[in-house]
Amino acid sequence: MRTRGWSHWLYLAPALLVLGSYLVYPTLVTLYLSFFDARSAQYIGLQNYARIFTQEETLIALRNNLLWIIVVPALTVSLGLLMAVVFDRVRHEALAKSAIFLPMAISFVGAGVIWKFVYAYTPPIYPQIGILNAIRTALGFDPIGWLIRSPWVNNLALMAVFIWIWAGYCMIILSAAYKGIHRDLLDAARTDGANEWEIFWHVALPMLRPTILVVATTMTVFTLKVFDIIYVLTNGNFGTEVLADRMYKEMFHFHNFGAASAIAVIILLAMLPVIVINVRRFYAKEGR
Amino acid sequence: MRRLASHLTVFCLVLLWLIPTLGLLVTSIRPYEDVVRTGWWTTLFDPAKWASLTLDNYVQVIAQEGLGQAFWNSLVITIPASLIPLAISALAAYAFAWMPFRGRQVLLMVAVGLMVLPGQMTFIPLLTVYNKVGLSGTFLGIWLVHTAYGLPLQIYLLRNFFRALPHELLDSAFMDGASRWKIFRHIVLPLSVPALASLLILQFLWVWNDLLVALIFLGTSPEVAPVNVKLVGLVGAYGQDWQLLTAGAFVSMALPLIVFLSLQKHFVQGILAGSRRG
Repeated sequence: MRTRGWSHWLYLAPALLVLGSYLVYPTLVTLYLSFFDARSAQYIGLQNYARIFTQEETLIALRNNLLWIIVVPALTVSLGLLMAVVFDRVRHEALAKSAIFLPMAISFVGAGVIWKFVYAYTPPIYPQIGILNAIRTALGFDPIGWLIRSPWVNNLALMAVFIWIWAGYCMIILSAAYKGIHRDLLDAARTDGANEWEIFWHVALPMLRPTILVVATTMTVFTLKVFDIIYVLTNGNFGTEVLADRMYKEMFHFHNFGAASAIAVIILLAMLPVIVINVRRFYAKEGR
Repeated sequence: MRRLASHLTVFCLVLLWLIPTLGLLVTSIRPYEDVVRTGWWTTLFDPAKWASLTLDNYVQVIAQEGLGQAFWNSLVITIPASLIPLAISALAAYAFAWMPFRGRQVLLMVAVGLMVLPGQMTFIPLLTVYNKVGLSGTFLGIWLVHTAYGLPLQIYLLRNFFRALPHELLDSAFMDGASRWKIFRHIVLPLSVPALASLLILQFLWVWNDLLVALIFLGTSPEVAPVNVKLVGLVGAYGQDWQLLTAGAFVSMALPLIVFLSLQKHFVQGILAGSRRG
């Protein structure tokens, strides 16, 4: 279709209007406000940023975000990969996949309630109604406050919820890629006497690498955005706070728009590599 | 032997994934006295208890705790917040896919960059403006916010889908004198129904399951709060009344689960298309 005149702007106008006023403009304002005080009245330079890297609360949030980024994408993608490969070998594959995928339809809040109940704790003299502590006491151990014991137990307990939700997502995408690998290739390796582990490691995995990278970046972005799980399960108490929850608190509990804006900018900066990767991949494909 | 190992692994994984949700469902229909005294799993193996199962918890959360109203609010929020962005992104994607114009690549690249923009970067300025013009706490306000957050990915995916449509078909229609609008309405849109359906489902689930955006732009007042906001309120108010919390959680999950189970194929297609972005 040849283009003349300006009618394409009619098609673009609503989108550009919304993107400009709801995403681009606020982003610039937030950047600007991050250099101002709590009430956006006075310019204070980099003080908001300095506070993020010196205050105990925000340092804990930074640590936790780092912990999440190191642990969660790796575990979620590995589990998804394991499922994609193993499920390929059983008869009721579709059914099994649905079960793993199901949590994706559930909200983080719903999932939060589900897992808060899994982690439920009562003092040892009472019967345990949370299944994890019931298993522990049945095995002769004392029940644990899964969401209270800091820093490892409770943070890992929160991460488990994320993994429970997103492993299915990784599985679906990796499974599609795995099925895209030519069966003959795997069979040829088999007849050459390679065992299943070697086939997976030396044949399948290299071919899956691009997909793994895409899924891993997506998981990293979602990990950085995590808010609801923590809001519902611990509300950031007991050393479990992450940046997104901290920002919410700065915004609504302390009404400190400067500090909240600075935290938002930090989250953005952490995501910047992913944004750059996305744009560059787009450019490589379409740039010309 | 190897087959057995695979089947066993799959069985364990599936069990592990289903048990938490099963616990929720069972607890939501148990009476309070049982919930505090024994684990939910005891009910499964004790047929004598099955007679005591009840829907009272649901009646209480829906009628007395206001979850029914919240469910309705969620519908009022979610349906327009899914349809509006789809309409806007389809128009834009059509221009991006089939109308060469100056600056097209740059604009598209901006959209790609905005796909992973954290919402946090927009909350404070938007809320400040919303408070001034009276849009905070209104359905219109949150429809527009969800529209904005959904647009970049939708524009990009639809544009890719539109571009993959047969070139000759559109060109010959154009040669025959069909207007751009006619081609859009009568060729592009009908051919794209599967893609549109996938995106609609994804956006529906995304908006329905949202908490943060609703907390910020709608707040907790019962006339507007969606189920998730209400549910978080219940968690705060009834921390240990598991029979109520589980029933409430199931109410919030029911519709997404139905949508997911009945339209799983579209959902999966949408996810796969999304993963091929960029």
